[in-house]
Amino acid sequence: MSESTIDAAELRDRVAALLAEHDPATTERPEFLRARFDAGLAWVHYPVGLGGLNAPRELQSVVEAELAAAGAPDNDPRRIGIGLGMAAPTVLRFGSDELKQRFLRPLWTGEEVWCQLFSEPGAGSDLAALATRAVRDGDDWVVNGQKVWTSSAHTARWAILVTRTDPDVPKHAGMTYFVCDMTQPGVDVRPLRQITGEAEFNEVFLNDVRIPDAHRLGAVGEGWRVAQTTLMNERVAIGGNAMPREGGMLGKVAATWRERPELRTAELHDRLLTLWAESEAFRLAGTRLRQQLAVGSPGPEGSGMKLAFARLSQALSGLEVELLGDDGLRYDDWTMRRPELVDFTGREAGYRYLRAKGNSIEGGTSEILRNIIAERVLGLPSEPRTDKDVAWKDLPR
Amino acid sequence: MSTPDLLYSDVETDLRASVRDLLTDRCEPTALLARVESAEPYDTKLWRTLAAELGLAGLPVPEELGGQGASVRETALVLEELGRSVAPVPFLGSAVLATAALLGADTGHEPVAALLRRLASGEASGALAVPLSTAPGSAFPSAVAADGGGRLSGTVRSVADGGAAEVFVVPATGPDGPGLYAVEASAATVAEPVSLDLTRRIADVTFAGAQATLLAGANGAPAALEHALLTGAGLLASEQLGVAQWCLETTVAHVRDRYQFGRPVGSFQALKHRIADVWLELVAARAAARYAADALATGSDDAGVAVAVAQSYCATVAVHAAEECVQLHGGIGMTWEHPAHLYLKRAKASQLALGTPGKHRATLATLVDLPG
Ligand SMILES: Cc1cc2nc3c(=O)[nH]c(=O)nc-3n(C[C@H](O)[C@H](O)[C@H](O)COP(=O)(O)OP(=O)(O)OC[C@H]3O[C@@H](n4cnc5c(N)ncnc54)[C@H](O)[C@@H]3O)c2cc1C
Repeated sequence: MSESTIDAAELRDRVAALLAEHDPATTERPEFLRARFDAGLAWVHYPVGLGGLNAPRELQSVVEAELAAAGAPDNDPRRIGIGLGMAAPTVLRFGSDELKQRFLRPLWTGEEVWCQLFSEPGAGSDLAALATRAVRDGDDWVVNGQKVWTSSAHTARWAILVTRTDPDVPKHAGMTYFVCDMTQPGVDVRPLRQITGEAEFNEVFLNDVRIPDAHRLGAVGEGWRVAQTTLMNERVAIGGNAMPREGGMLGKVAATWRERPELRTAELHDRLLTLWAESEAFRLAGTRLRQQLAVGSPGPEGSGMKLAFARLSQALSGLEVELLGDDGLRYDDWTMRRPELVDFTGREAGYRYLRAKGNSIEGGTSEILRNIIAERVLGLPSEPRTDKDVAWKDLPR
Repeated sequence: MSTPDLLYSDVETDLRASVRDLLTDRCEPTALLARVESAEPYDTKLWRTLAAELGLAGLPVPEELGGQGASVRETALVLEELGRSVAPVPFLGSAVLATAALLGADTGHEPVAALLRRLASGEASGALAVPLSTAPGSAFPSAVAADGGGRLSGTVRSVADGGAAEVFVVPATGPDGPGLYAVEASAATVAEPVSLDLTRRIADVTFAGAQATLLAGANGAPAALEHALLTGAGLLASEQLGVAQWCLETTVAHVRDRYQFGRPVGSFQALKHRIADVWLELVAARAAARYAADALATGSDDAGVAVAVAQSYCATVAVHAAEECVQLHGGIGMTWEHPAHLYLKRAKASQLALGTPGKHRATLATLVDLPG
């Protein structure tokens, strides 16, 4: 990759050229998005030919602003968060050229949804304990096992999948990472209903699912290292995005506060302002983090943003339910559905409150994130461990 | 709102390194502890080095007025380092509050320019004669009265760094309304009560018909005072960040070294999670403090919000970091011998300084249209 010489002015020119050739008013959405990808304006920090221009990451906002002003359609990131935030950076870093060419474009345009087949009934926080087996068979691997809490498995065309390929070595050493075709025979997706009433996530059974070796990311036995890339990016994807002041959950509560003066109390007022100031401080911290990372990939600091995001979302949504008084006793709809997209700030206050509970569990629990900060950022010693040098098959479970 | 630069520039990083080197050398904890109970609680030699030799007292003062022509972003950085070492120098009183009051007045007015030169060069140290607890947005004080001949009378309690000041910048109300005056310390009576904060002391200053020089009249004095209070509150956030940073680093070092139950106490998750929370608060405090400094430096329209966020947040973070530092040191954290208490005292006193967090949140409520 060569040094980029692209600046904001150059990007504006390229956006103008894209708009001139593909008028958003008359171009079909997928066609516009494909053209945008091919123009290198999908994610400008990606390589040329893969939707980017090798440009500094922070210049993305220039592109987004120009396109939004022109009324161009977007790729609705709420539908394809796992693809954008987790699968893409992992494919980019570990995929062969063929895989990158094959997967990144439809991933970004949203024509192909991705899901993440990591967690299992016996392996959540301790992901490295996972048991789903992949066994080599000629040019293929044959996979058997059960995954759980798989968001958007019901809409996904592809999955990132971590498996056990060697049970005889300690758990971190015997894993291998694949891209799995969700339409393969043997992939069985069943909804799991959540506390919100709907089923955003699923359990996924894998019975003799065949995956070509060409769909492996990273070396055999290197799955843990590849998964780390996914997880680091996941934590930035949850909570690390640029946001306007008073955006997200805070905006919802602030709007209710302004619209409903009769609900206000002194106690809620001070809590609201404390959370306002904290949210703004963390929003600035996110800006600062992005300025630091202008180029390069997220480090463990990203864990901090996700931790803060979960705490603030929960505190703010809880406050809103209290603020609503009588109305806080109502809920919009418990009907079991399988939603197409995840919107943390969608629907009504009760839904937001319940959905926010997942923010401190999904993508690494808040407890695990504190461990990561303490050990990897601050260098504190780990708890004594009993599982490190034991073959996976001999671990107590 | 364009995106402010929340990072440290190369120049700022160099400045930090030189200030830190000096303070590591000249402000180490044992000597500091001895000094706080001595007859000379302020380190005048260190202050002279910082102010006169390194030119740090006049960072935001234009060069033609004897300063460095930099900005309060650099002042904020120096405050981080001074907080990190709880250095006993009158930087907040003189280089921040008194200087900002003068910069907020008409610097073309000769008495203002002359006093700025004295303060910026480190020739004299000043103090702003208001209680340290005064918040931005407060009513113009009425504790000191000016008579028709420009003589001041009245007492101002709890003036930050008042005991080290050679000259006071005094808001006073006279027959023509509010005014800002300069009074030499020799013309005032300065009493030093026992301060909670051992490394930044307060003084009760009494003027009894003291001869004063008018710096700003009714037209300029309220704005000059407000400029000082807002600048002070915003920059104090950086000092609080420095205090919290020392507390975090010292706590981490201690829990890694201290063994109980056959392992470092820092390997116990109950402690790790508490320390991780302090770290996280510091991440946000740094961003908020940088933003406030930048907003003040550029005269941004958003400075009011930036300061209210930074001061309400950073004050709380510093107190939390200092309290955790004491607790996680166990018995040694409770001793006079260990410097943790100097930081706790600074953190707690600073929480009350230039508006409590609650006061800043009330300001914020108005600024962001979330009325109570
Ligand atoms: C809404 C939602 C969506 C999700 N989507 C996906 C998805 O798409 N794909 C996917 O693979 N997974 C997904 N997950 C799963 C998620 O990653 C796991 O739930 C999570 O990692 C925790 O694992 P667990 O549920 O097994 O809990 P456990 O690991 O059993 O944790 C139970 C409790 O113990 C605590 N704990 C565990 N270990 C430690 C430790 N070492 N120190 C301190 N405390 C500890 C945890 O913090 C938690 O409080 C999703 C989860 C949710 C809630």
